Amino acid sequence: MSGAAASGEGPVWEVFVQEKAGDPHKHAGSVHAHDAEMALQHARDVYARRGQVASMWVVPHAAISASMPADNASFFDPADDKIYRLPAHYLSPASDRRR
Amino acid sequence: MTDPAADPVLQAFEARLAKGEKAEPKDRLPERYRRQLVRMMSQHAHSEIVGMLPEANWITRAPSLRRKIGLLAKVQDEAGHGLYLYSAAETLGVPRDELIDQLLTGKAKYSNIFNYPTLTWADIGMIGWLVDGAAIINQSMLAKCSYGPYVRAMIRICKEESFHMRQGYEMVTALARGTPAQQAMAQEALNRWWPPTLMMFGPPEEQSTNSEELVRWKVKLKSNDELRQTFVDQTVVQAQVLGLRIPDPDLRYDEDTKHWTIGPIDWQEFFAVIGGNGPCNRDRLRARREAHEDGAWVRAAAAAHAAKNPQVNA
Repeated sequence: MSGAAASGEGPVWEVFVQEKAGDPHKHAGSVHAHDAEMALQHARDVYARRGQVASMWVVPHAAISASMPADNASFFDPADDKIYRLPAHYLSPASDRRR
Repeated sequence: MTDPAADPVLQAFEARLAKGEKAEPKDRLPERYRRQLVRMMSQHAHSEIVGMLPEANWITRAPSLRRKIGLLAKVQDEAGHGLYLYSAAETLGVPRDELIDQLLTGKAKYSNIFNYPTLTWADIGMIGWLVDGAAIINQSMLAKCSYGPYVRAMIRICKEESFHMRQGYEMVTALARGTPAQQAMAQEALNRWWPPTLMMFGPPEEQSTNSEELVRWKVKLKSNDELRQTFVDQTVVQAQVLGLRIPDPDLRYDEDTKHWTIGPIDWQEFFAVIGGNGPCNRDRLRARREAHEDGAWVRAAAAAHAAKNPQVNA
């Protein structure tokens, strides 16, 4: 049993809530639980006490890999200098006049 | 305090805050900022949890079904608010059970206001109207602070908190428009709750040890006195509507500043209550410890169930 489980609360699960069908699931917060079923029940009790939820996901915190903000410059930089991915890079007949 | 020029982490952090950026858990944060946030957020979480006690005390004695379901929902919300805040505090790497342990052993503080007793039904109205009214003012500020997870928890809480205040004000309205005995009960409760509610915002800045740093790091965006003034201005008018008298002989409207000014606040009482000598400090902690111990078998059962069903375990 892991240290977290031994404390009696179970590991952390991250909770994602979709407010209505068609919306993205957004991160709401977290709960502690020993298994997915209990995590969903806790998530419902904590993050869905008003009627604005269409769907809910719980994900073990340990299963999430995240980028590190300290590495942002090198990690995300390749996208910054590709202006040819943006619509403004391309000319329309109207922009010909500005040439 | 460390000289920012000598500390690159602090320097980069303060430069980001100056640009109006928020801090997130995986950022390189100054150790002191982390510590201050864990202290504040966990205190705030503890306040929500302990705050359930004075109200839960009246659930079985609520005078109507409408009042009872409202109060039940409010107390459940407070449990939820505590959990939002523990969840936000945990993003800084402190496990929740460690924070709860600090509460149960008396190492961590919670809001002083919950060390006062709820003697009559009118007190439950006062908690919603005054205590939650004051909390909303403080929390609306925190909803704009520099730490992302705290901001998100606060936005959630503020949305729900306005229901709390309205149900409290409705209760007080019913009493204030009721029989002379009910009116007297409301006035008597206001007399008791007004002074400690004013103290909820904390002493003026010059007496508050943590303020300077918290302002600099945009955790606090307004001074305690500014927040208190907002509360006074809002609440005096609400009391007038109900024909209740604010128990302060020095209260007067200042035509120049367009604010209500109040008489002196008894900060000695405030510090005595923080120091453990309020009317209910021991009761509150005892009740929390008992609840925690009474729940031990549930935690043990859940852990045993998970151990037998490892495929669903995280």
